Amino acid sequence: MSGPVKSLKSIAPVPTATDFLDIVLSKTQRKTPTVIHKNFKISRIRSFYMRKVKFTQECFNEKLDAILSEFPILDNLHPFLSSLMNVLYDKNHYKLALGQLNTARHLIDQVSKDYIRLMKFGDSLYRCKQLKRAAMGRMATVMRRQKDPLAYLEQVRQHIARLPSIDPTTRTLLICGYPNVGKSSFINKITRADVDVQPYAFTTKSLFVGHMDYKYLRWQVIDTPGILDHPLEEMNTIEMQSITAMAHLRSAILYFMDLSEQCGYTVEAQCKLFSSIKPLFANKPVSIVFNKIDVTTFDDLTEEKKKAVQEVLADGDVKDMKLSCMSEEGIMDVRNQVCETLLAHRVDTKMRGSKINSVVNRIHVAQPKPRDDVERTAQIPDVVKQRKGYDKEDPERRKLERDIEEANGGTGVYSVDLHKYYLLENDDWKKDTMPEFLNGHNVADFVDPDIEEKLEALEREEEKLEAEGFYNSDEDILDSEEEETRANAEAIRGQNNLIKLKSQDQTRKKKSAIMPRTQQSRTLSDMTADLASKGIDASNIEGRAIALAKSKGLVGKRKHDDVEMAEDDEGASDEEGMEVDEDKQSSKKSKGVAAADKAAHPRAPKKNRAVGGLGSKANEDQAKKYRSLAQREPARLSKASESDRHIQTTKPKWMLSGKRKMGTNSRR
Amino acid sequence: MRIEHCYFCSGNVYPGHGTAFVRNDSKYFRFCSSKCHKNFKMKRNPRKLRWTKAFRKAAGKEMTIDSTLEFEKRRHVPVRYNRQLVAATLKAMNRVGEIRKRREVAFWKNRMAANSQRRKLADKKEVSKSINLLPGIKASAKAAASAQTVKQKVKVPAKRSNLASAGGSGQKMSMDMD
Repeated sequence: MSGPVKSLKSIAPVPTATDFLDIVLSKTQRKTPTVIHKNFKISRIRSFYMRKVKFTQECFNEKLDAILSEFPILDNLHPFLSSLMNVLYDKNHYKLALGQLNTARHLIDQVSKDYIRLMKFGDSLYRCKQLKRAAMGRMATVMRRQKDPLAYLEQVRQHIARLPSIDPTTRTLLICGYPNVGKSSFINKITRADVDVQPYAFTTKSLFVGHMDYKYLRWQVIDTPGILDHPLEEMNTIEMQSITAMAHLRSAILYFMDLSEQCGYTVEAQCKLFSSIKPLFANKPVSIVFNKIDVTTFDDLTEEKKKAVQEVLADGDVKDMKLSCMSEEGIMDVRNQVCETLLAHRVDTKMRGSKINSVVNRIHVAQPKPRDDVERTAQIPDVVKQRKGYDKEDPERRKLERDIEEANGGTGVYSVDLHKYYLLENDDWKKDTMPEFLNGHNVADFVDPDIEEKLEALEREEEKLEAEGFYNSDEDILDSEEEETRANAEAIRGQNNLIKLKSQDQTRKKKSAIMPRTQQSRTLSDMTADLASKGIDASNIEGRAIALAKSKGLVGKRKHDDVEMAEDDEGASDEEGMEVDEDKQSSKKSKGVAAADKAAHPRAPKKNRAVGGLGSKANEDQAKKYRSLAQREPARLSKASESDRHIQTTKPKWMLSGKRKMGTNSRR
Repeated sequence: MRIEHCYFCSGNVYPGHGTAFVRNDSKYFRFCSSKCHKNFKMKRNPRKLRWTKAFRKAAGKEMTIDSTLEFEKRRHVPVRYNRQLVAATLKAMNRVGEIRKRREVAFWKNRMAANSQRRKLADKKEVSKSINLLPGIKASAKAAASAQTVKQKVKVPAKRSNLASAGGSGQKMSMDMD
């Protein structure tokens, strides 16, 4: 129900009459067209001014409507709020102000209606303008007359905004009593409210609200101004606020009494006040609280006073409590007791109400009925009954994991042995380490309580298969004919392969430079071997070649060693090999070479300058050796000379084409 | 700790090896090698790549249905440790492994059985097609086979020998200029 209170707080400011006029007229000026000429069509001129008047009226209407709807209608509010507003702002005055605004709105509507009708007969720009002026002037006059109601409403709005936000329906503690008995001190003690406390009467001039928590509920504590004991009609506004709160809020009443009479009112007077305002407390839990017990307690009172107090306490269910805000004695007790009473009271009233039926109908509390007379008491095992409570000092106490830790070197040294808690068939197994893997398989995947039966079944299956001859290898045994075919086929395949390789070799050679035939060397032995490998008897060819060579005088004693010679001395083999071959060209060439060997070139150097200056044969050999060593690397790299630094291919295709880096290089 | 299986090639992934990928539906993919991982990222289907276990199984190249394969399973029923049971399990693992290997061999042999006939046919065809290439058939045998074309026969091998020697004796021609 905080809704209406909230909306009370959020009323928009009410402008004064002059401001109101300014706002509306300037809005009209801004929001309607401003340019008009007398030579315009008359209908256009009329509608131009009609629009102005209509717009002004709408503006007034809208704004007044907003004010009228925002200010609450007192009869629709909660009785507490409505009577509080009555006390504070005077109901009649409030109603009158709103009524006046309503009338003003009607008047303005009427004015605009009249002048719009008149404007239909305006026959020139001037006439229309005069009519508009008149209309606006009359509206302004009406509005200007609303100066007082507007000012009053603005005041009310401001005051409402500053009212404490009291929720009339929630759990509420209401503190009341004579002035200066310590009401505000109490609210300051139990809530976070900060109410001004002073040692004179009527320090609190209006209602104050504080909030507190009890039993996880939110409680509202209202501090009221003090009241004096006189008839209701004579009470002032301040007192009336207290009375309103007492009368209309469903709350727990805390009537504060000051037995020490420091407040300036006698105990009897306080009792009398209680009796006189008692009718307001009907159907509410009421408690009388004796404050300032640090000064005077009930027992310290004189007999008459005691009697007066007891009289008050006697009638009705009024509780008495005592506390001291000064020494903070009994404050919490009082609060808790009152809260409990209020809670009980609220539940009680709800239960008595009519709404409760719809809730109760839906609730069923099951109560078990005894099926027979056998008594079934709680069954507590003896072990539990005999178990001793854990006592740290007792040397016979149960051993905890912590004790074991301490005994074994304390934290950081001791590590808990979780294996000991394992629940296994045999305790000896607790420390076992189970192999995880075997032959690349997880042992856990094979663990199965029925593994032995399954293995048994597998073995039986295996025996059966064996008996059936599942494993008998029926390798095909080849007969002799097939064997021969196989051997021949293999040989043919080998041959085919050789041919293929040779062909590939040829293709490769075609791409490279070919040694001229004249430069090639071939030997008789090569040829005969080749022929022999092909199954051709080359003995007669060999014989003829040897005979030819002999006739030429090229082969003597050494003829049988020619193959070895070819390997030993290339130059020599060259000659001989070429000789025996039937090729004419090679024989020609070999003759040339032989001639060159025999007769030196006419301009050839007389001395071998490579060995010039070297003393002995040994030195020469040494020099030769060194030279050949030095030439080894350049020769390997096919350098023309020492100074040859040429790079044949700067960017070899094979090195630089194709994809690399993670991709394929199959294109190369 | 477990020996996991590669999602792609089904190879073993030992603890601390390989990589894993967890998809946002929390499916766990383990890979034995970067190769498998890359193939997975390329969205390749392991059943279509010949080198994966999945292909081999799908294509009937490996034993898939066998009672020995029923022993290894991930079971969701926890079994309490029992020394005898584990001992029996370890024994069974070895024995099952032996039997499986044997059956695999048998399976392979069975799979290859059709080949022998095919091979014999191929041999016959080879021999009938290119008997002339047979080195074992010496010149004399050949001559006996076709005596009337002696002249020609001599010529052809002579030519061939020339070519062959030209190709075969590369090292001889190199160092002449020294």
